[in-house]
Amino acid sequence: MPIVHDPVARCEDGWGSPVPDMPALEVEGLHFAYPDGHVALRGVSLRIHCGEKVALVGPNGAGKSTLLLHLNGLLNGGQGSVRVMGMPVTTPNLPLIRARVGLVFQNPDDQLFSPTVYEDVAFGPLHMGLPEEEVRRRVAQALEQVGMAHYADRFSYHLSVGEKKRIAIATVLSMQPDILVLDEPSAGLDPRARRGLINLLRALPITMLASTHDMLMVRELFPRMIIMDEGRVVADGPTAELLEQTELLEAHGLERL
Amino acid sequence: MLHNTLDHYHARPSPIHDLDPRVKVVTTLLAIFSVLVLPDGAWVAYGLIWCAMLAVALIAQLEIGWVLRRSLVALPFALVAVTLVFTLPGRTLFTLQLGSWELSASEAGLVRFLSILTRSWLSVQLAILLIATTRIPDLLHALRHLRVPGLLVTILAFMIRYLAVLVDEVARLLRARQARSAAAPRGRAGGSLFWRARVAGNMAGQLFLRSLERSDRIYNAMLARGFRGQYVTIHPHRMRRRDWTALGLAIVALMGIQWLGRTLN
Repeated sequence: MPIVHDPVARCEDGWGSPVPDMPALEVEGLHFAYPDGHVALRGVSLRIHCGEKVALVGPNGAGKSTLLLHLNGLLNGGQGSVRVMGMPVTTPNLPLIRARVGLVFQNPDDQLFSPTVYEDVAFGPLHMGLPEEEVRRRVAQALEQVGMAHYADRFSYHLSVGEKKRIAIATVLSMQPDILVLDEPSAGLDPRARRGLINLLRALPITMLASTHDMLMVRELFPRMIIMDEGRVVADGPTAELLEQTELLEAHGLERL
Repeated sequence: MLHNTLDHYHARPSPIHDLDPRVKVVTTLLAIFSVLVLPDGAWVAYGLIWCAMLAVALIAQLEIGWVLRRSLVALPFALVAVTLVFTLPGRTLFTLQLGSWELSASEAGLVRFLSILTRSWLSVQLAILLIATTRIPDLLHALRHLRVPGLLVTILAFMIRYLAVLVDEVARLLRARQARSAAAPRGRAGGSLFWRARVAGNMAGQLFLRSLERSDRIYNAMLARGFRGQYVTIHPHRMRRRDWTALGLAIVALMGIQWLGRTLN
């Protein structure tokens, strides 16, 4: 592995091993209201360290997706602060931030907007201004990582939902982000595709934050769980412990497994 | 599944498929232009172009029957030109009596009408030849390399990418309406025409809103991966000797046909 000459700290030390105790994501007292007056976030604070795999759960309308959009600077303007790898999310920092945070949207049809798989996976690296050879290398590597190496020349609209999901993940992996942020990754997948996705996410050696309703996947994949409701973080701790607290779960529209 | 109606590309290991897409786009446009500027009634030239086109289709290993069938879709539009038969002055062929109206068909009108029909039919076949032998992404790249404004190419790319998604969306809306288009016992299904028109209008509005929201999400997905308003592509196309040869051959052939069409007339 080459030594990374990046002004920004990375989750890896440049030799492929994770930096312990490095905060990847710091959110402090985040408030946000949509232009129509709907208040989505009422003071959210959380901190995620490099190498952690964290699930974000809670009922619909709890503010999960709104929070995820803030991590990439797609939404802003409320009170509070978001820091990615120690960098505050501000307009001048956005190009760097967006390369560090790989955001995978819920509907892969929104994420795959190019005619072919190859062009979609190359989109991020190309916009980072990487040289052509590096772009090609990264596309091949990202497709390899999600097990879709032979799909480069396929048309996105010919793929199944599960395949689209994998390609959607590859489109951000090609930017070699420090944090993978997923919005409901297992929604709409059949059992086999879901199983494949879980295995894929487990194998990826990358910091991860995923919003989801799939509690079985949470138990299997994410050692830490954050519960949100009505724009606030109501619980944050080890998944195994939180899943035992029937009252807490039921108070926020979740079910004990 | 709409994919079959959208995808006209036929994968074949032929030298035509292998040509640089720019050559194919330029040749097709030149050929269509050349068909359009041929004089009326230049049947020999029309025939030659058709033979050349068939030859290319054979080299590309396309089924001729499929090309011909697909090309019929544009004919109804060309039929509008039928009025020419009765409006152009010339030697009268026959006269139609429509009530108090008398329509007389002229020879010049008939020749022009048939020429327009032939020319539009040839043009459609040429376009079909292009899209059957060129993948859509290659076509878009070719347009970009040919200095077509980036915004137009992007719009085209998005249209092709999301047409299938939109049609699926429409199908879902229609299905939802159908599933609830029930009749009460001994009642009549469906309301007044006005009511049904309103439902259809609401559906169109729904579709527009959904598309608007989707475009928002797509734009977010683009921003999230570093989009800053400029499209960047890798340039995979290079002109080789055989591409130049094919382009030269096509231009010479088209010029020859033009010359023939004009001298024989």
